[in-house]
Amino acid sequence: MTGREPLLEVAGVSVRFGALIAVNRVSLSIPRREIVAIIGPNGAGKTTLLNAVSGFYHPFEGRIAFEGRDRTHLSPPDVAALGIARTFQNLALFKGMTVLDNIMTGRLLKMGGSFLLEALYWGPARRQELEHRAFVERIIDFLEIQAIRKTPAGRLPYGLQKRVELARALAAEPKLLLLDEPMAGMNVEEKEDMCRFILDVNHEFGTTIALIEHDMGVVMDISDRVVVLDYGRKIADGPPAEVRSDQAVLDAYLGVAHE
Amino acid sequence: MGRGGDLKAVESTSTSALDPEHDTFPKLVRDNARRLAGKVAIREKDFGIWQAYTWSQYFEQARLIAQGLAALGFARGDRVAIVGDNRPQLYWAVMAAQALGGVPVPIYQDSIEREMEYIVEHSEARFAVVEDQEQVDKLLGVRARCRHLQHVVYGDPRGMRGYTEPGLSSLAELSELGKKFDVSHPGHFDAELARGAADDIAIICYTSGTTGAPKGAMLSHRNLITTARNAARFEGLREDEEVLSYLPMAWVGDHVFSYAQAIVMGFTINCPESAATVLADLKEIAPTYFFGPPRIWESILTSVMLRIEDAARPKRALVHFFMRLAQAIERRRLGRQAISLWQRLLYPLGSLLVYGPLKDNLGFSGVRRAYTAGEAIGPEIFLFFRGLGINVKQLYGMTEASVFVTIQRDGDVRLDTVGTPITDVEIRISDAGEVLFRSPGVFQGYAKNPEATQQTLEGGWIRSGDAGFLDRDGHLVIIDRAKDVSRLADGTMFAPKFIENKLKFSPYVREAVCLGQARPCVTAFINIDLAAVGSWAERRNIAYTSYGDLAQKPEVYELIRAEVERVNASLAEDAVLRGAQVKRFLILHKELDPDDEEITRTRKVRRGYIAQKYATLIDALYSGQDRVQVEAKVTYEDGRTGTMRADVVIRDVGAPAPVSR
Repeated sequence: MTGREPLLEVAGVSVRFGALIAVNRVSLSIPRREIVAIIGPNGAGKTTLLNAVSGFYHPFEGRIAFEGRDRTHLSPPDVAALGIARTFQNLALFKGMTVLDNIMTGRLLKMGGSFLLEALYWGPARRQELEHRAFVERIIDFLEIQAIRKTPAGRLPYGLQKRVELARALAAEPKLLLLDEPMAGMNVEEKEDMCRFILDVNHEFGTTIALIEHDMGVVMDISDRVVVLDYGRKIADGPPAEVRSDQAVLDAYLGVAHE
Repeated sequence: MGRGGDLKAVESTSTSALDPEHDTFPKLVRDNARRLAGKVAIREKDFGIWQAYTWSQYFEQARLIAQGLAALGFARGDRVAIVGDNRPQLYWAVMAAQALGGVPVPIYQDSIEREMEYIVEHSEARFAVVEDQEQVDKLLGVRARCRHLQHVVYGDPRGMRGYTEPGLSSLAELSELGKKFDVSHPGHFDAELARGAADDIAIICYTSGTTGAPKGAMLSHRNLITTARNAARFEGLREDEEVLSYLPMAWVGDHVFSYAQAIVMGFTINCPESAATVLADLKEIAPTYFFGPPRIWESILTSVMLRIEDAARPKRALVHFFMRLAQAIERRRLGRQAISLWQRLLYPLGSLLVYGPLKDNLGFSGVRRAYTAGEAIGPEIFLFFRGLGINVKQLYGMTEASVFVTIQRDGDVRLDTVGTPITDVEIRISDAGEVLFRSPGVFQGYAKNPEATQQTLEGGWIRSGDAGFLDRDGHLVIIDRAKDVSRLADGTMFAPKFIENKLKFSPYVREAVCLGQARPCVTAFINIDLAAVGSWAERRNIAYTSYGDLAQKPEVYELIRAEVERVNASLAEDAVLRGAQVKRFLILHKELDPDDEEITRTRKVRRGYIAQKYATLIDALYSGQDRVQVEAKVTYEDGRTGTMRADVVIRDVGAPAPVSR
């Protein structure tokens, strides 16, 4: 739609679990700096598609290219090293660790150095730690979670845990951010906050974002483009206003009988 | 605007003579930048670290902002709205405006658009310097209706990328503009700074009156410098004080503590990371000089008690034992009674086990003097903190007096007074019993409001609006707001705030409104304290969903009834007030909120408005009903309004003490 170079290119990807085809020849491309929402009824294959992109599942056919290079069969750590970070539908924080430490784990990929120097907290290891901490503090400031910096993540209310998870993903300085239902289970105010943070991340860091979301109001408000999946197939792809009035989408959501 | 000729006469006493090199705040900052160049003037916790700025940086940053404003066409007399949390940049902007002969007008950062519009329009502000996007959005929302407002400058650029409105710039851009202007107009800043004089207006503080529209109290440099200095000398403040600047910048108290006195004394102020981190930042800074209105002391005490209730039984018993001891000793000390040998011996043990660690944990280990003012403080709360060994004292002040009127001196602290007049302050009690005072801090009148000025100023004396008296030792005692003291239908004297304060001394009662003028008896609206009552309910396995739900639980009504009975018992001891006991009460279904105009931003009850808004509830209180349906308009934070319907229960209170079960 904008002629921008796509950051992520998914071409004819299918994922199957035994006889079940969860994602069926889906193609989509995500241009740099855009916010793309992936929507669809339960079981449409949204999370599976995200898992395929982040390397948890490997497609049975089709190819995935990131920044123009094929990376269909990479493992999750390799995908993360390329610059793709994600959050999870059911929070995956280290509950006993503080918020600060949780976010610091997001920097792990950027950390090098020897085990011994790290353990002694000496020389380059010390300097490196300080640099990473400074970066993490910028994210803490950005997401306004200063007050809970030292709180164990497991003690926080759900909405805040979601925000901490976003912070951890941002700590990896991703080029592409995958958000799996960032606003599920939140009240209206928390949702508004989260929307603002997602937009700010996109504006300030220029991060490209793909998100799965059920709240249509949210999707229409923040995304540049909406991709609709149903039974593993892509049934629509376009600007929010267009997708909203698409007959196939209406049918999918209203539950018309499928042949 | 500007000062009216009739107001000149206000300036009185000779001690307020200031030399022309040091007679405005910008000149004093310039002096600090030379004298104390490398000393830290201001710290801000940002990105998790305390970032420090010295007095020379303070002056330089303010100078750049001033030059930037000058480049935008700032003229002498221009007003600048200042909106945001306590940030170094905003304090610099205050100085920048003053240096150019302008007048800063700080506005409460949680004001909704309508309130902001009123002050921006009334003060005729041409400029606004604000913290972030939130405030920019509000100002852009009202700009169409504020004819004078041309430039909005923001500190935090976050989220501002997409804004293309004209007249909008960041502080960084403004400072760049200032650097260029500095090159093209090298002498401008110094010349403007030199033109400033002691009697220029230094600030306009809008006081959120409990009746009518806010009034803009104008204070001159002379008012503030003299009063700040007098109070500092009276209390023996030093150059090495550390202050936590956490109260709203729009409140005259913060302006005096964090700006005027900091500059006059050259001490250091500390800006918290965010409103939510204040208690943690307090602990890290351990201020030497601390100010908190009673509600802050209450909330600190509540948080301590909640944590103690969660502690293991032996620990809890230990804390309770030593806290009772400390309060008993402090009570005797304040009453000038002898302290027993036993108590003397136990106190050091308590210091070691409880008082010291607790003080350290709260961030009060370094406090040399702390104050409470604005409202009466509960004796239990006052004794608790003094018992810990924190030198908390009461003071009495008003915006119109540049804050300080009376202070309790060290060694002369009482429970029921607000202390003696500070240097150069005279106090008189009018025939009607109202407190009048006169001082070098007496303000220059309300901006564009000569009627209100006339009502408040009488021949240089300020009518405080408070009913009170001077006791044998010259201590001032405040009873209530003069206009609120009234009589019940049978002629019994009724001082609502007096009873409300007694009610609010309970940890479970957050707010109370007493009614009774020309009525047969006293009744009360209660707001419960959600944190305290919530925790109480959890310990008793009482499930609730929201404030409104918890407030109407029968168990909570029982809890509050016991509190009301306790207040009645204490009222019964007073010969004059025994007739004014609370006979019926209800717990409001919602919290009183400044956004709904029920209380002011400094949490003073707006009686007139409440009487009108809750007329149905008042009728029900006096008609003997035991439950009533109510519909209330609520205002959300973004200014939208909605309606809320609720069932409210009314309870009778027995006059005698409750029968033991």
